[in-house]
Amino acid sequence: MADTDRNPWRRFLALPNESRTKTLAMAFLVSAACALMVSGATVLLRPIQAANRAAEEQARIESLVRGVPGMADLLEQSGGSLSTVVIALEDGRAAEDVTAATLDATLADTQNWTTLEQGADLAGLGQRPDYAQIFLLRQGEAISLVLLPMTGQGYGGRIDAILAIEGDMNTVAGIAITQHSETPGLGGRIEDPSWQASFPGTQLHDDAGNLRFATARGEASGIHQVDGITGATRTTRGISNMVNFWLGPDGYGPLLRAIERDEF
Amino acid sequence: MAKRADILATLTAPLIRQNPVTLQILGICSALAVTTSLATAVTMSVSLTVVLTLSAVIISLIRRHLPDTIRLIVQIVIVASLVIVIDQILQAYLAEISRALSIYVSLITTNCLVLGRTEAFARHNPPLPAAVDAFGNGVGYSVILIVLGGIRELFGRGQLFGWQVLPLADAGGWFTPLSLMLLAPSAFFLLGGVVWAVRSLLPEQAEAPEHMPPATVRAAE
Repeated sequence: MADTDRNPWRRFLALPNESRTKTLAMAFLVSAACALMVSGATVLLRPIQAANRAAEEQARIESLVRGVPGMADLLEQSGGSLSTVVIALEDGRAAEDVTAATLDATLADTQNWTTLEQGADLAGLGQRPDYAQIFLLRQGEAISLVLLPMTGQGYGGRIDAILAIEGDMNTVAGIAITQHSETPGLGGRIEDPSWQASFPGTQLHDDAGNLRFATARGEASGIHQVDGITGATRTTRGISNMVNFWLGPDGYGPLLRAIERDEF
Repeated sequence: MAKRADILATLTAPLIRQNPVTLQILGICSALAVTTSLATAVTMSVSLTVVLTLSAVIISLIRRHLPDTIRLIVQIVIVASLVIVIDQILQAYLAEISRALSIYVSLITTNCLVLGRTEAFARHNPPLPAAVDAFGNGVGYSVILIVLGGIRELFGRGQLFGWQVLPLADAGGWFTPLSLMLLAPSAFFLLGGVVWAVRSLLPEQAEAPEHMPPATVRAAE
């Protein structure tokens, strides 16, 4: 029967299970079907997941601002919202031709990214965008709070965070972790409010103006340090590197100096 | 008639008598990790039951054409793909709970319960009994998870599904939460308690002791 069957599919099914052809073909068919299923689900659901993440980030920014003492009142006075500015990282000034709406499209173009040199690439990023969206809270003319989004490399992958700095551009007001893939229970504790509580009040620079921020091993000692997390050395080092890179000359350094000179 | 009775027996056996968690002690890693609240326990139970049933049906459909040499890897690939799809759906529609479950949804892939059922049952049976068996096992797992999750959330936070059942002492009530209930060891104690209870009621489940203690104990020379 099988010999006379002209339908190749039936002939294939009639092959003995242990034949090499059938083993290879079955492996291929199963993986193709599974690949189709997984990619289909990912592509179809991505817009909803992106919307979820955006909403979550917004919520974290709000809770970060509300967590800073006295900020809730200030926010109310300024009409209940932060102002959003896209800046060019190169000179630390507001970007002229890029707005928050066009930022995603601009950053999709690799022309608008700068490759980092080995020595300058503290956070292990490889490259950084030329534009970044930051959030400001103004009181009259003076800036009383600035929120700086940053990205670093942790143990399990990328860490996205937002660091809040007070108007003196030296005192940390708080941190929010917006995305990470660290080990739950170890590095994942960077999400815990109890760990994030060691950030407010930390001084970024010493008297000479050098960046001194660091994560301690164990409990913080001194005004420039925040607590480390036991069992998550690489995660905490990643946080330290991230802050040091983004507040340095290749990150928001030019912006911070511009704000200090009241030129922003 | 006999066929229907068979199917009913396949469905109900894993609930208590052949329960995968209490009798076979399978899949307890996730049972311990995700039962800190009822909502996560229920989500995990539903995810596992869906994955288990679907993978049993798929593997049962292709069982006659599954080469023996690669059957395990084919089963794992199918289970893993289903798990990724479920994980993506959870991230899209239940983002909050998906974050609480963190990696444990992806770990369904390595849950011995799933591979155990597809390897032991679905591979030798037609799709309908395979689906019924998988569903029964999923429900048996879910029962234990929901019992543990309910006890832990009730005594650890005084809540059920996030709704305050016992008034907390902090808020003027009388109940002081047992924070031990929210830590992993309590899941071990509770699971041990459940296993003990089930085996006292159904003594045939108790395993024969592997060693007999000596009748008299003498001091070492």
